Amino acid sequence: MERVPLERKVLSENDRIAAGLRARFAEHNILCLNLISSPGSGKTSLLERTLESFDRSERVAVLTGDIQTENDAKRLARFGFPVKQITTGGTCHLDARMIERALLDWRLEDIDLLLIENVGNLVCPSSYDLGEAAKLVVLSVTEGEDKPLKYPSIFFKSELLILNKIDLLPYVPFDIAAAEENSRRVHRDMDIVRVSCQTREGMTEWLAWLDRKRESLRAAAPAF
Amino acid sequence: MHEMGIANSVLDAIRAETRRFPGGHIYKVGVRIGELAGVDPDAMSFCFEALVRGTELEPLALEIEYCPRRYQCRACGHSYAAAREDSVCPECGVTESQFLGGDELELAYLEVENGARAAGT
Repeated sequence: MERVPLERKVLSENDRIAAGLRARFAEHNILCLNLISSPGSGKTSLLERTLESFDRSERVAVLTGDIQTENDAKRLARFGFPVKQITTGGTCHLDARMIERALLDWRLEDIDLLLIENVGNLVCPSSYDLGEAAKLVVLSVTEGEDKPLKYPSIFFKSELLILNKIDLLPYVPFDIAAAEENSRRVHRDMDIVRVSCQTREGMTEWLAWLDRKRESLRAAAPAF
Repeated sequence: MHEMGIANSVLDAIRAETRRFPGGHIYKVGVRIGELAGVDPDAMSFCFEALVRGTELEPLALEIEYCPRRYQCRACGHSYAAAREDSVCPECGVTESQFLGGDELELAYLEVENGARAAGT
């Protein structure tokens, strides 16, 4: 018998494809963000509010993942930006190959911002690199404020926490300060914004975060 | 539940590795799963056994090394396991620490029978 060291990642094939995507996004100066949350936290609503805030000249595209239905793509297509649904047919997360395939007939040179809405799930999407610049996690106030402690992986890996549905705070026993503290226990340097997609409160802060991200990408891009 | 896909990726790697050991049999694979990997070790073992059963890979055991979140104290350099970033260094009591690991999902090793004459590539 012989023990042979391997020392490589289990998802090395996914990581290889994701690295290829990341290189192509860099080449075309695309900011790619991967939005992750439980089902029903309001990822699609947040994207609706986000897309409606953009001028039509903005070069924004959206990939939205679900196990079944084209419903989210239909909701998001109204704003006139390219939107494509990825139906996984049962798989509980998006992987890099699905993104690569979905981008086949899009011209990357026409895109500056690519928003990916992952399948609603706080666990599995955290394992799969999609080539994104950052993962964002959405948590709504109708959930528990201990979610960051229960699902540390995604909170640890996300750069920004979007606390959604804050218009419901008067009606639910959600301790928003505790939710933020729990998030920072898992991920000390996490950015946090509070938003309501109904009243649009906090949208300015979220869009400002997005602008800063896009600006830092532009600043890092080689000048021609 | 994505452990089936993860277990399948482990088996893909093993099938690829089998070619390196002509005449040998891989009977154990060691996988490192970090606390922050988002993978449940029990579900992973269950899926692994289900996928291996009845295939040419039998007998094949999975050994999981579960890795906690680990930090290194910025003040005294001590390394320790802790579940949260606001934890206190057990050596010097300082809370300033640097993340060391705990998000790994890695193939650590194989154990091969009659594999001493491995092709080695």
